[in-house]
Amino acid sequence: MASEPADGRARPVPTAIKILIAGGFGVGKTTLVGAVSEILPLHTEEVLTSESMVSDDLSGVEGKTTTTVTMDFGRITFGDNVVLYLFGTPGQDRFWFLWDELALGALGAVVLADTRRLADCFPSIDYFERRETPFIVAVNCFYGEQPFEADAVRNALALDPNVPLVMCDVRDRKSGREVLIALIEHVRSLRLARL
Amino acid sequence: MRADGERPESHDWLDDDAGPLVRSFALTGGRAKPGAATFDLLSHVTAAPFAVQRSTIHLQPEHRAILARARDPVSVAELASHLGYGLGVVRVLLADLLEAGAITKVDAPSDHLPDDDVLQAVIHGLRTS
Ligand SMILES: Nc1nc2c(ncn2[C@@H]2O[C@H](COP(=O)(O)OP(=O)(O)O)[C@@H](O)[C@H]2O)c(=O)[nH]1
Ligand SMILES: [Mg+2]
Repeated sequence: MASEPADGRARPVPTAIKILIAGGFGVGKTTLVGAVSEILPLHTEEVLTSESMVSDDLSGVEGKTTTTVTMDFGRITFGDNVVLYLFGTPGQDRFWFLWDELALGALGAVVLADTRRLADCFPSIDYFERRETPFIVAVNCFYGEQPFEADAVRNALALDPNVPLVMCDVRDRKSGREVLIALIEHVRSLRLARL
Repeated sequence: MRADGERPESHDWLDDDAGPLVRSFALTGGRAKPGAATFDLLSHVTAAPFAVQRSTIHLQPEHRAILARARDPVSVAELASHLGYGLGVVRVLLADLLEAGAITKVDAPSDHLPDDDVLQAVIHGLRTS
């Protein structure tokens, strides 16, 4: 369909890697994306589906009221030709339709957890388990500490022993980048195990 | 931003992840294009040479803004983000441009992840940059 650009000056298409940052509302997703990368807002539109607006005519988008959902979007460029994209998943269940698009072709996901509200990350863990998207859990240590041992958190989450769990401070660039490294190493080891 | 008091009752499920209600499709004339090419978040588009001059459609300013940002391959997510348009709007505009021969598109492989040497390079980059 698309014709090749005759213009030799255009750069090659970079290798794009997608990592998702998930977890409950207020757990530190936006903070993490901002700490480790150049962060930009990314808007997407959701057509409202209140009773009065439901229509069978899918092409009749005109005039329908939509709401804007803003996602965290970060990028880190490596050399000329590799770009790591981070997408913060919107916190609420009703945005699952966005998750499916985000998860498609993703390298993996970081599920952020806050030990004061552990249950908030259950839906994210369930989602990535079901989809078989590689993920790790990163416990955000608010105020530089959290009172639980990693094993206690693992148990509380009923986490598969193969899923890494790391502690982090999402405000800290180095700590945040270590989280990304832990995820990529996890993906690599899953791959090696499959060979 | 609207005050909370203006939030219609039926939309009280909106939270901080949701922005103001907008008629975002107004920009694209409300054209939804079933069957049109798909533009994934990480599909890359590149302006064709002399895209503006050769375009077979009337280019709106938003089309031109996209072309100006796509001299080198640029991802759909980045375009939307930099231009401040919603993804849905960008996708409709891109479908126009693709039909008009004004851009080319390369999709990211969704079934094939980067090779291990790329992952190692990324890890190295994360540690050192
Ligand atoms: N003290 C402290 N505050 C944090 C930490 N992580 C996030 N916050 C704050 O918690 C709030 C929610 O974080 P945010 O990144 O917006 O969460 P999101 O809803 O997951 O995107 C913000 O006000 C952050 O500044 C942390 O580790 N320590
Ligand atoms: Mg946020």
